[in-house]
Amino acid sequence: MTSGTSFDRDKLAKIHDHLHSHLPPEPALRVKALESLLVERGLVASETLDAWVDAYSEDIGPKRGAQVVARAWLDVDFKARLMDDAAKAITEFGFEGKATGDLKAVENTDSQHNVVVCTLCSCYPFSLLGLSPAWYKASAYRARVVREPRKVLEEFGVELGEDTAVRVWDSTAELRYLVVPQRPAGTEGWTQEQLAAIVTRNSMIGTDRVLKAGS
Amino acid sequence: MSACNPPREFGPEDDLAPNAPKFGEAWHAQVLAMADTLVTTGQISASDWAETLGAERRVDEINNAPDTEETYYAAALRALERLLDITAIVPKPDLNDRRDTWARAYLATPHGQPVELTAGKS
Repeated sequence: MTSGTSFDRDKLAKIHDHLHSHLPPEPALRVKALESLLVERGLVASETLDAWVDAYSEDIGPKRGAQVVARAWLDVDFKARLMDDAAKAITEFGFEGKATGDLKAVENTDSQHNVVVCTLCSCYPFSLLGLSPAWYKASAYRARVVREPRKVLEEFGVELGEDTAVRVWDSTAELRYLVVPQRPAGTEGWTQEQLAAIVTRNSMIGTDRVLKAGS
Repeated sequence: MSACNPPREFGPEDDLAPNAPKFGEAWHAQVLAMADTLVTTGQISASDWAETLGAERRVDEINNAPDTEETYYAAALRALERLLDITAIVPKPDLNDRRDTWARAYLATPHGQPVELTAGKS
């Protein structure tokens, strides 16, 4: 092999790298192709997609679910409506979402702890809790929380007594879940805003249980 | 006897941790935005989307793909492509052609200038 051949190969590699450095990564390129076809065919509007990304990056998150929980703690009539038909109850806040589908609220008690998973993929009440955390989508959580819920909860820092049963709710495209955590002691007289501020996202999925009245 | 403490996969969240960006990459957000919008407007059904995404996740699990968000979003993109192909909303050949046109457009456009699809049309 001559050094000239080697030089040409290096040069070609550099030209190749230079050309390809202009290209987005392959998945980004395919997404761009898909989006441009969907827009061109009138199936989605780019403004709708931009608004969705902005909303889920900035506005829509677990603070919505926290408001619902706080209201349920304060207002027994609302709580009754929430437990009866959660999808309808959250329309009182304007938090409904087609992709959230039907919604069921499940309440933690001294004798029962609830935890939510989607064993199939990653179904989640997006319009109420925002984007799901990475661990919720992970294969490890989806498999293990069904098989060994107490152990997974322990890893999340949730300590359950033997007299507290664990119920795992498996979300589907048609039915998703909101855990209503227990209101902590020491929050008597608090406003809805004060209460909402202590409701964590994980407590509404069920991987957190004991909320703290003081921060 | 030594205590046996197997490594934990999950842990309580750090209240003091800075907020992480919601999406690691712009295309992650765009995949979910497209899927959610197509479900909302009734172009694809929520159950078909969940089933197709679930099937792609199983493929990754069988192949022992890394259990990461990157793997998740790549599966979401494959699922969306497959569902749109099956439903003939965006047949795969159309998508591949459009991908190639965009690639040519990027390569034909000098750095710093906006990339237009027409630049890739041969």
